[in-house]
Amino acid sequence: MRLLTHNMLASNIKGVTNGFPLRIEVEKAIEKQVDFNPEFLKNMFTKIHWKALVDASRIMGFAELPEEADSSMLESDDFLRNFHHALLELHLEEGALVCPETGRRFPVNKGIPNMLLHEDEV
Amino acid sequence: MNFRTAQIRLVSSHPEVYEPCDDSFALVDALLADRTNLVQHQPTLCMEVGCGSGYVITSLALILGKESVGAHFIATDINPHAVRVTQETLEAHGVHAELISTDIALGLEQRLAGSVDVMVVNPPYVPTPEDEVGCEGIVSAWAGGENGRVVIDRILPIADNLLSEKGWLYMVTLAANNPIQICRTMREKGYASRIVLQRSTEEESLHIIKFWRDSDI
Repeated sequence: MRLLTHNMLASNIKGVTNGFPLRIEVEKAIEKQVDFNPEFLKNMFTKIHWKALVDASRIMGFAELPEEADSSMLESDDFLRNFHHALLELHLEEGALVCPETGRRFPVNKGIPNMLLHEDEV
Repeated sequence: MNFRTAQIRLVSSHPEVYEPCDDSFALVDALLADRTNLVQHQPTLCMEVGCGSGYVITSLALILGKESVGAHFIATDINPHAVRVTQETLEAHGVHAELISTDIALGLEQRLAGSVDVMVVNPPYVPTPEDEVGCEGIVSAWAGGENGRVVIDRILPIADNLLSEKGWLYMVTLAANNPIQICRTMREKGYASRIVLQRSTEEESLHIIKFWRDSDI
């Protein structure tokens, strides 16, 4: 699971009002190389919740993203390279995503998060 | 590797996962026929709901191919066996999609709203008794309840929420699903539609419908 996916996932349990961002529990993180594409990063930038990405990348052991970012930084190749690495190359292979409100754990196995809810959570 | 679409011999399988069949082939043929438009569309985010064996999302990733290395692919399935099989199918073809075990787009609806540029859906469209809908395993791949519409009617508003301003939706339907009425429902949400492929097999009459937002509606 890429951190892009983490940035797009929220806890949807019945009654939860603020299910984003999910807290990451890392058992195993891996890196996979992805072709660098500045256009894609520029298109994605406005859709990304920056603080959630910064916090997630730190938990995954990557601390190169600035606390805050604005679109002028997209001109910087260094910034884009770090954004690219955090968003697409860091993978949560084994672990869990934890609902910030209820503590419910959504397991991640072989890189696939399971967001299915139990009957009493829908 | 330089395939136009997913290769059957490279598609992974599992006893509880629906194998590529006439409906899957019809959907991929419709995407292939629309290839030029898809490439020009330059999608950033593409998504498949109900990825099954992975035949369709793998084909979509191959169709968009190198010409849009910028596209990111996401696929979901309610059947956890299916997302695993999809992962194997993608890897066998050297392409990537992010996979999530979930019911339609549960967990994605808040943050992915208005962001999906291309969505493909081969829903469970077979008319079945109501209590078969959402059953575990392979039954979830086809059981569609009354007129085969129960899951389709849940997907349509979710698709409307997730699609971007320029978003396109390709969906497989059966004549028994009343595709004209589905188009009418989407028209009320501001979508134009076109049946891009129609195919009759021994067992069913398939329609692949493409939807897009039209400000004149």
